[in-house]
Amino acid sequence: MAERVRVKFMMPPGHIRTPAFLRGKVGEIERELGQFSNPEQLAYGLAADQRPLYRVRFTMQEIWGDAAECPTDTLDAEIFGHWLEKV
Amino acid sequence: MPHDHPDHFHHHGISSSGHPYRADNDEPLTYWQRMEIAVRELLIEGGHVTAAEVAQQINTMDSRSPANGAVVVARAWADPEFRARLLQDASAASREMGFDIGPLKLIAVENTAKVHNVIVCTLCSCYPRNLLGLPPDWYKSREYRSRTVSEPRAVLREFGVELPDSVTVRVHDSTADMRYIVLPLRPNGTEGMSQTALAELVTRDSMIGTGLVQAP
Repeated sequence: MAERVRVKFMMPPGHIRTPAFLRGKVGEIERELGQFSNPEQLAYGLAADQRPLYRVRFTMQEIWGDAAECPTDTLDAEIFGHWLEKV
Repeated sequence: MPHDHPDHFHHHGISSSGHPYRADNDEPLTYWQRMEIAVRELLIEGGHVTAAEVAQQINTMDSRSPANGAVVVARAWADPEFRARLLQDASAASREMGFDIGPLKLIAVENTAKVHNVIVCTLCSCYPRNLLGLPPDWYKSREYRSRTVSEPRAVLREFGVELPDSVTVRVHDSTADMRYIVLPLRPNGTEGMSQTALAELVTRDSMIGTGLVQAP
């Protein structure tokens, strides 16, 4: 069974590549993508840490609740490991 | 003679060719336009790049077009082993075909009878430029970027793609380092067509997921 993760519900300032509409939502790891430079440092010309990046699959039901157009459709997004917590 | 037209100095209304006059773009440069010019001139003055290299890079960007992606799709339809390699590692498969896709990681997502994929970048305008060229303006619009994740089926319907409930829509949001290309469904009635002929059927929108490939 795929690993279930929750996107941390944080609203820090700065250059963030985690879409706000996915914060706090639970999805499954679709695949691991490897290590990538942390954009939150890279964007400011800082020496960037290497961070694991994942493709996480969410159902539209999870993202939009009763307002979902079709609850079983899905959305995949790339989320850095430091934004994810195990469920 | 067109230049004797009394409207010549006003450029209002409709031109003699039947089109509205377009306003001249002689408004002041924006902050970022000035910044781009300043940085470019400093790089050239400092000997880091030449003006010819800048022009060459613009030519390279402009020369990329959806025809590149179409060739990759056509080969994947015709060659099952290549299709497997494309789905495994689309960057490597594209390089194998001679396309310079740079350092970016490309993922191919495959449409089937049960799954339809569509690509968006909600945060900005990430797009597989190396295979498809520059993105269409609508791809960068707030409307496409927001509605494709909240009501993808309505968006697809506006593009003329009507999907039955039995098909799952998978939206791919290019939020970080990956770029995506859709491997569209090969239409029925194209058996026996050459890869060259197949590639001519493959549209830009079909590789974004906002279109389907139609049989000739």
